[in-house]
Amino acid sequence: MSGASNVTIVLNGETRGVPAGATVLALLETIGIAPGRVAIEVNGRVVRRDDYLRLVLRDNDKLEVVHLVGGG
Amino acid sequence: MKTETLTLGGRSYPSRLIVGTGKYPNFDLMRLAIEASGTALVTVAVRRIDLSQRGGGKSLLDYLDTRKVALLPNTAGCFTADEAVRIARLGREAGLSELVKLEVIGDEKTLFPDNEGLLQATRVLVKEGFTVLPYTNDDLVVAKRLRDAGAAAVMPLAAPIGSGLGMQNAVNLRLLLDEIRDLPVIVDAGVGTASDASMVMEMGADGVLMNTGIAGAGDPVKMARAMRLAVEAGRLACEAGRIPKRLCATASSPVEGLVRQDS
Repeated sequence: MSGASNVTIVLNGETRGVPAGATVLALLETIGIAPGRVAIEVNGRVVRRDDYLRLVLRDNDKLEVVHLVGGG
Repeated sequence: MKTETLTLGGRSYPSRLIVGTGKYPNFDLMRLAIEASGTALVTVAVRRIDLSQRGGGKSLLDYLDTRKVALLPNTAGCFTADEAVRIARLGREAGLSELVKLEVIGDEKTLFPDNEGLLQATRVLVKEGFTVLPYTNDDLVVAKRLRDAGAAAVMPLAAPIGSGLGMQNAVNLRLLLDEIRDLPVIVDAGVGTASDASMVMEMGADGVLMNTGIAGAGDPVKMARAMRLAVEAGRLACEAGRIPKRLCATASSPVEGLVRQDS
């Protein structure tokens, strides 16, 4: 990873840059989220937990990172 | 059917009361109320992580003993079938549960369900292996269609969500309970106090789902216990079979052998 080149993603509606080659798992580490309790959607498709390490983020990817909250 | 057991999608739960986890002033109070309710199934909502807080803030799951209570993710806040299907899929991944409390709302003010969207989403999710528990109107025709679409239960409202009005249409609910005998009917929404829960259980509901009725009470832990007892009492009364109603009195003590003044 060069670190110099970034890709731009949209995370929960906010645009941000991540290093080229970053995986979903790397992104979770960066934002301080434990992978066990969230669900992630990339471009409208749910990503299985087993794929967090494999899936590399690409330019213009749209991510939703959600968790469970109180509700009725 | 056993008094305490509710069976949904082939799994049994040792309580007929399902409770929500929303609207509590804090997680500690929620945990105590859930314990007092005796529930084995709690609803949860799916929302974006708050990125402004490192770690996403306090986690609801730290306050739920998932060995004792199973998670029932909902699709609250969804207004189309597509939105609801999307949230159900995320809920399954986050909660590791095939159960979904399916809500497709058709009107913001009343939060009444969108029947068409509800049916559409039910069909999609059943095909994907979900155990679908749809929140619906107290409408027999819709309930039958949901059953035919593969829903694991139907969950008619007693009154609008969070209203605390209790059962508003006894005839509709009775007709629905009479006709839908082959899958559980869980009254969801509108329960305000213990007697509201007892009443629908006495009528033959298989369970009751509530959130605001407990979370919004003056003492949620006490109300949770009241609801637990009410659901159980209503179920027992239903199984026992009530006496017929009569207009005039029938004496409880023997009418023979009375001591008369003139004897």
